[in-house]
Amino acid sequence: MSGRVRRSGSLNDTGSLPPDADGMPASGTRARTRPHPGGRVPLAVVLVGGAAALFFFALPLAGLLGRAPWSRLVDDVTSPVARDALRLSLICSVCATALAVVFGVPLAWLLARADFRGRALVRALVLLPMVLPPVVGGVALLRAFSRTGLVGEWLYDALGIQFTFHTSGVVLAEAFVAMPFLVLTVEAGLRAIDTRYEDAAATLGAGQWTRFWRVTLRFLAPSLAAGAALAWARALGEFGATITFAGNIQGRTETLPLAVYLQLETNQDLAITLSLVLLAISVAVLVLLRDRWLGALR
Amino acid sequence: MLSGVTVTARRRLGTAMASVLVMALLGGNAASAELRRPRPKLSGTVTVSAASSLTEAFTEIGAKFEKANRAAHITFNFGSSSTLELQIEQGAPADVFASADLTNMDKLLAAGKVASPAILARNQLEIAVKPANPQHVRSIADLANVGVVALCAEAVPCGKYANQILARAGVKIPPDRITRGQDVKATLTAVSAGDADAAIVYVTDVRAAKSSVEGVSIPEAHNTVAVYPIATLIGGSHLKLAKAFVAYVRSSAAQRILERHGFLAP
Repeated sequence: MSGRVRRSGSLNDTGSLPPDADGMPASGTRARTRPHPGGRVPLAVVLVGGAAALFFFALPLAGLLGRAPWSRLVDDVTSPVARDALRLSLICSVCATALAVVFGVPLAWLLARADFRGRALVRALVLLPMVLPPVVGGVALLRAFSRTGLVGEWLYDALGIQFTFHTSGVVLAEAFVAMPFLVLTVEAGLRAIDTRYEDAAATLGAGQWTRFWRVTLRFLAPSLAAGAALAWARALGEFGATITFAGNIQGRTETLPLAVYLQLETNQDLAITLSLVLLAISVAVLVLLRDRWLGALR
Repeated sequence: MLSGVTVTARRRLGTAMASVLVMALLGGNAASAELRRPRPKLSGTVTVSAASSLTEAFTEIGAKFEKANRAAHITFNFGSSSTLELQIEQGAPADVFASADLTNMDKLLAAGKVASPAILARNQLEIAVKPANPQHVRSIADLANVGVVALCAEAVPCGKYANQILARAGVKIPPDRITRGQDVKATLTAVSAGDADAAIVYVTDVRAAKSSVEGVSIPEAHNTVAVYPIATLIGGSHLKLAKAFVAYVRSSAAQRILERHGFLAP
């Protein structure tokens, strides 16, 4: 079996060191970049970098926090629209991430380890949703999975399965846009793993699955966690593909971003409150990821 | 032959009467003075924020206007009237605002953002269904029994009109079968490109969507009339050009285009 799937030889040949904790390739020839001895950074870089941090990140955040209706926050968060959207967003984004892991890891494996014709093409195809405008992605999903779509027509006629205007459609749309983030991260992680560890395990009699669970996955865990977090964040924020493909039905397909957009005109306070909820979740995940998962593995 | 001549003559008479009307609207003296003087050359770019139901008609009117005024450029910003109102209120640059209801224009009027609105057209609503009407939708009442119905968001004029129509007809669609579009075009797309079975949109949108949807008319007793006001924005950059465009939209030439797209006369 391993004969058919050839490993990418480059890492074996260069005699590389084990990957470091970040899952980045630790190249034996290039030293890790360190700050200059004096720690000096050109003034222009400080100015431009500082301005970027201020204008692109700090100011929009301040705008959101400054307009927040703090006194009505609890009432707003517990309103039916908010509760439905929050519940849907959490369920769908977690399901989409699970889908992305289940399908994305084998895909990343294939791209990282298998040598086949058209690999570049497959990779480009997989990464397409990252660069495609989400609305276009939604239209593409419609053409494939709607009741009159390429596969959707058959699914509906033969099995009665309909993704559009259904929560499963939200999961599908979110997985579609989120999976590339996982594939890309996991593929990089796989490429960084020194295959000699797996070879050594094989010589000790470990079967393919044992090697995967006890060797590969150990090294892959940080990349997998990072990829899953990225995919989850992308799924949580998904708007264009969702509203185009799955529609906007409260309690069924109206996720947080959709609710934010539509409430902006009827109830701006609620829209901002919902935005803050999204913000809080994102911050919580960033913190959790850093300290718990990635930190523990370091 | 004879009837052809009569029609042309009648049409000419109609045009003449319409231009008299426009002159009267512009203020008799100013209009006649303008006719005597060579027309001042209009130049610059104006941004017109218009209700998305005006997309096709205004695009055509804008092209005609630009053709007549080579140095003038019209940039359109189509969206739901409520979104556009919000954008303008929060300082988005626009020179002309055309709304699909009076409410959003009134909001800007109250905020001191627009001056002297005028009515440019009226519109009615219709049920849009898939071609050949596979669900056999005949009336508003049928909407309670088809799959998913697309309506505009409740803040959007077409969403408010749809709610009025449903209330008037005494029809209640279960909330879990209503998908809300961010504007009327998105709402119609749910039927034309998606799996929604019906939508309540403007008559003009059904006509603009050509063969991708079919219209089922709503009886007068339940239907509602959407009134479209237009106004120039106070503090816009090219007030003269903006005013000229508003005047053009209300001219007989533009009114004919609006009529052809299914709008009713103001």
